[in-house]
Amino acid sequence: MKIHEYQGKQLFAKAGVSVPKGIVARTPDEAAAAFTQLGGPIAVVKSQIHAGGRGKGRFKEQPEQPGVKLVKSADEARDNAKRMLGNTLVTIQTGPEGKQVNTLYVEGGLNIARELYLAVIVDREAGSPVVIMSSEGGVEIEEVAKHSPEKILKEPFHAGYGLQPYQARRLAYQLGLSGAAVTSAQSFLPKFCRFFVDNDCSMAEVNPLVITAEGELVALDAKVTFDDNAMFRHKDFAELRDLSEENEFEVRAGNAGLSYVKLDGNIGCLVNGAGLAMSTMDLIKLHGGEPANFLDVGGGAKVDQVTEAFSIILADKNVKAVLVNIFGGIMKCDTIVTALLSAYDTVGFTVPLVVRLEGTNVDIARKMLADSGRKIIAATDLTDAAQKVVATLKA
Amino acid sequence: MSILVDKNTRVICQGITGKTGLFHSQQCRAYGTPFFGGVTPGKGGTEVDGFPVFDSVDEAVRKTGANCSLIFVPPGGCGDAILEAAAAGITLIVAITEGVPVLDMVRTADVLATKFPKSRLIGPNCPGIITPGIAKIGIMPGYIHKPGPVGLVSKSGTLTYEAAWQLGNVGLGQSTAIGIGGDPIIGTNFIDCLTLFEADPNTEAMLMIGEIGGNAEITAAEFIKAHIKKPVAAFIAGQTAPPGKRMGHAGAIISGGSGTAEEKIAALEAAGVVVSRSPADMGKALVEAIARKKER
Repeated sequence: MKIHEYQGKQLFAKAGVSVPKGIVARTPDEAAAAFTQLGGPIAVVKSQIHAGGRGKGRFKEQPEQPGVKLVKSADEARDNAKRMLGNTLVTIQTGPEGKQVNTLYVEGGLNIARELYLAVIVDREAGSPVVIMSSEGGVEIEEVAKHSPEKILKEPFHAGYGLQPYQARRLAYQLGLSGAAVTSAQSFLPKFCRFFVDNDCSMAEVNPLVITAEGELVALDAKVTFDDNAMFRHKDFAELRDLSEENEFEVRAGNAGLSYVKLDGNIGCLVNGAGLAMSTMDLIKLHGGEPANFLDVGGGAKVDQVTEAFSIILADKNVKAVLVNIFGGIMKCDTIVTALLSAYDTVGFTVPLVVRLEGTNVDIARKMLADSGRKIIAATDLTDAAQKVVATLKA
Repeated sequence: MSILVDKNTRVICQGITGKTGLFHSQQCRAYGTPFFGGVTPGKGGTEVDGFPVFDSVDEAVRKTGANCSLIFVPPGGCGDAILEAAAAGITLIVAITEGVPVLDMVRTADVLATKFPKSRLIGPNCPGIITPGIAKIGIMPGYIHKPGPVGLVSKSGTLTYEAAWQLGNVGLGQSTAIGIGGDPIIGTNFIDCLTLFEADPNTEAMLMIGEIGGNAEITAAEFIKAHIKKPVAAFIAGQTAPPGKRMGHAGAIISGGSGTAEEKIAALEAAGVVVSRSPADMGKALVEAIARKKER
């Protein structure tokens, strides 16, 4: 689960991680009031969306307006807020459709001496969390990794003991910090790592992490993603979720215990198991089609889940045919066909449906399909299924 | 012969009084797996469908001589259950549970490595392990796995069944089939399995099924190039997956442009592995891998 910058910073502050003073604004007047309250002489008005590249991003409705703007008066804060709120911000990470800005964060200015990059993620290969830092703050880290990988520092740390002060110092000296900044890093970095672990983050990124003229490290940005699997022990995070940032159908699928990802093609697919679902997409592509989605219906394939899965797939107007690919193991094929037929009737299919079944009781299941009287195209194997579903589009 | 599981394996189930745990324990027992009961704290001394229930793994080990545990406890307790099994001396721990928090697995894997190096973990979020005809410790449908010469290792569940099915269609069974799981942090990995299969006299060839996310397939490819003499075929799922989106499995995500199917396929092919582009051709790819080795 992703959260907004202002929410991340509120959590940082709670964990003792330094952030600039800031105020949330949802109307132009609130933005102006925030400027006054922060006391000037400057402030930054920042669009709150779940995507990076906001400073360089522009609004569809206001092509001159950047997503992040430095302002010098309450009136300027208000005017910028007017051009931002309710409008659609397009950045390098949002895709061409952009994202609507509903919330702004107005932040006090800082006396910035240097900008660094900081992130913590779980390193799969090392099996531990790792601090990633770079002297190249404020730019895309992927670009740094590509062009000057030597500028990226990595410091793995123990999830139980946390980042040790010597590790923080090592990073600080490698980054060329000195004096007060080293002392600040020695406090800031372990707290930041503790925040990551205590809140079950899967990523916490601060880009840029700034060093002020006074030598203090301050998180000027906050990009925090939580591990969905750990949300059961952070129930209070539910209120941080912004459903308007998520795909409506992915949310619906999640509520039904389905795993769904929308894609751009026109062949919908419903599959049991994540690996087989990915492979089914690959198979469609290999035979000249374009998958419209990833959908893992799980091991149970219950009637209500299959019904919801079909209605999510068919709600995508691009979908011109659907492929069901089920390997029935413990869950028998005939049980699955019963669910499929019931869901088929409930949803009211208007596009061709190709079904490929394999596994336990497949013969009974195939006969049930053949005798069902519905317009369902049966496939004998994977390749046959892909060819048949692609052929329906050409017919 | 086989790897990790043989006729001396003695299995218990942690979480046996839950619906899923009991169902799959029954299925394993029906398959012929030597199954000796299970563990649910607070329900010790009772019995479910002929399985004795113990309060702790320690007690179960003392009373049954179990050396393998199949774990079905809910995600929040899975890491703890793994460590309880290891502390009780269980040498093969098979964690089926899906949805374990990543940092729980970070801690669990760390304690396993430092305190219990003799315990091997398979999973979590995996279908388990089967030595066809001998023992099934997991949730896979037993009958699709026929005994034979192929070592099968996979990150996925149903895709493994699909592969076993295709191998059956080309007349090849498996020495052992292992689902290592689709989570970012897992116990046994590809390289562990490849090493064991290479050393197993009854494994003649290997089929490896990977997917997008992480670089386990790439390190496996390097390992194959340097250390594996037997024929290897592979399939990588997710060639059409978009970047930045989690494809069902917690670990199946292309992030920062790395972990793509394309780079994994290239690494495997460079290591001499026959990679099937279509999921329908995994069986055929293995046959080709065997034929290619014979030509040399």
